[in-house]
Amino acid sequence: MTLHFRSIEEAGTERIHRLLDLTEHMAAVGRRPNPKVPALRGKTVCNLFFEDSTRTRMSFDLAAKRLSADTMTLAVSSSSVNKGESLRDTVETLDAMGVDAFVVRHQTSGVPWQVAGWTPAAVINAGDGWHAHPTQALLDAYTIRQRRGIANDFSGLKVAVVGDIRHSRVARSTTDILQLLGAKVVHVAPRTLLPPTSDVATTSNFDDVVGEVDVVYMLRMQRERMGAGLVPDGGEYSRRFALDERRASALRPDALLMHPGPMNRGVEMMVDPTELPQSTILDQVTNGIAARMAVLFELLGSGGIEE
Amino acid sequence: MSHRKQVLGPDDVRRAVTRMAHEVIERNRGVDGVVLLGMQRGGVWLAQLLGSEIARIAAPVPIGTVDVSLHRDDIGLRPVSPGTSSDVPVEVQGATVVLVDDVLYTGRTVRAALDAVSDFGRPQAIQLAVLIDRGHRELPIRPDFIGKNLPTSSDEEVDVTPDGVIIIESEVST
Repeated sequence: MTLHFRSIEEAGTERIHRLLDLTEHMAAVGRRPNPKVPALRGKTVCNLFFEDSTRTRMSFDLAAKRLSADTMTLAVSSSSVNKGESLRDTVETLDAMGVDAFVVRHQTSGVPWQVAGWTPAAVINAGDGWHAHPTQALLDAYTIRQRRGIANDFSGLKVAVVGDIRHSRVARSTTDILQLLGAKVVHVAPRTLLPPTSDVATTSNFDDVVGEVDVVYMLRMQRERMGAGLVPDGGEYSRRFALDERRASALRPDALLMHPGPMNRGVEMMVDPTELPQSTILDQVTNGIAARMAVLFELLGSGGIEE
Repeated sequence: MSHRKQVLGPDDVRRAVTRMAHEVIERNRGVDGVVLLGMQRGGVWLAQLLGSEIARIAAPVPIGTVDVSLHRDDIGLRPVSPGTSSDVPVEVQGATVVLVDDVLYTGRTVRAALDAVSDFGRPQAIQLAVLIDRGHRELPIRPDFIGKNLPTSSDEEVDVTPDGVIIIESEVST
């Protein structure tokens, strides 16, 4: 059976540990004078993006190129693609050209699983609906591991994930990987933006946790939620849940400040994070390439691993 | 079950490495510009040992490591999980790189190492030092410095440590 990378839950502890170690290896490759290796020569990676993305698409593209794979990118705005058969036709057509891995982003949860039913190629989830974004989780976990100088045991680490937890695939996947590695996660959000049921600790008081945790993970506040009656208004949201000057100065000196990007300056981010030594935001972008190289290499370069 | 036969003891390993150190110095008329790169993982300790012998006889040389897992020609044919990285401590441009490995067998790892080293620059020359040459080459590669020639059958395994060299013969009939 073909191996895929579609969610943290599906991958499981053993694979996540291996992928984090592999990410470290790939990060070292990225620091060499020539960061390109011939590992995936002759393999073809197809980026299938049905939803807007800059950094994830570029990051996957560069990761594949660093491994010497050939890449094709199909970027479709959501409005021009019909659901159902046409997605299937698209996948089958591209598959007939000879694709070894599909990198799929779609606004509907579950699409990477559907795609895997239509092609023998490996499928990587680059974000599906509100569901999962596992390569983001992998690069987040690797960034914590790198900055804290720890291995794959995160026990004792406290992480606050702040923002629209309910509609965020980043929150879901990153929470999954942090818990899998043993960290303690607390979700910080207005009640309306928390999932109806969850086994994660929650609070609606950011000030209670901001100065206490090891990692503050800020989520992007999607502006369209503001108009949907889920948050009072932008100003009120920012007063309670944004990282402003006061909360930034409450951060522990050894804490990490993370954000998956793109940032909404003036909404969840009222300070310039580049001026905060705690910020890992650019490290996350750099590490994203290594994490995606690790996933591509695991799926396409490690023959003989049977699932 | 398997049959183990010790072919070199710890003293033999040390003497072989000392002789190889002399040969490296002689071939390069000193150690100017010489860099030792131990091949991950079996060549790493050997490069350290060879380096300390060279330092004792002549002068210290930079020692690094090279990982070939992303340059192999059998990627996709076997499980691969690189857990080590290349560490090249100096500019290889114009240097004389001595690749160091414990066992030379098919030559495929050395071919991958030649590519991996080239990613760091263009050395003046690349030489190859191995403790054991067990034959069965599949590529036109020959070592410059050899600890011991050890003809083996492909059914056997060779285990090399600072404590000696052991041939492990599997019970499979030949």
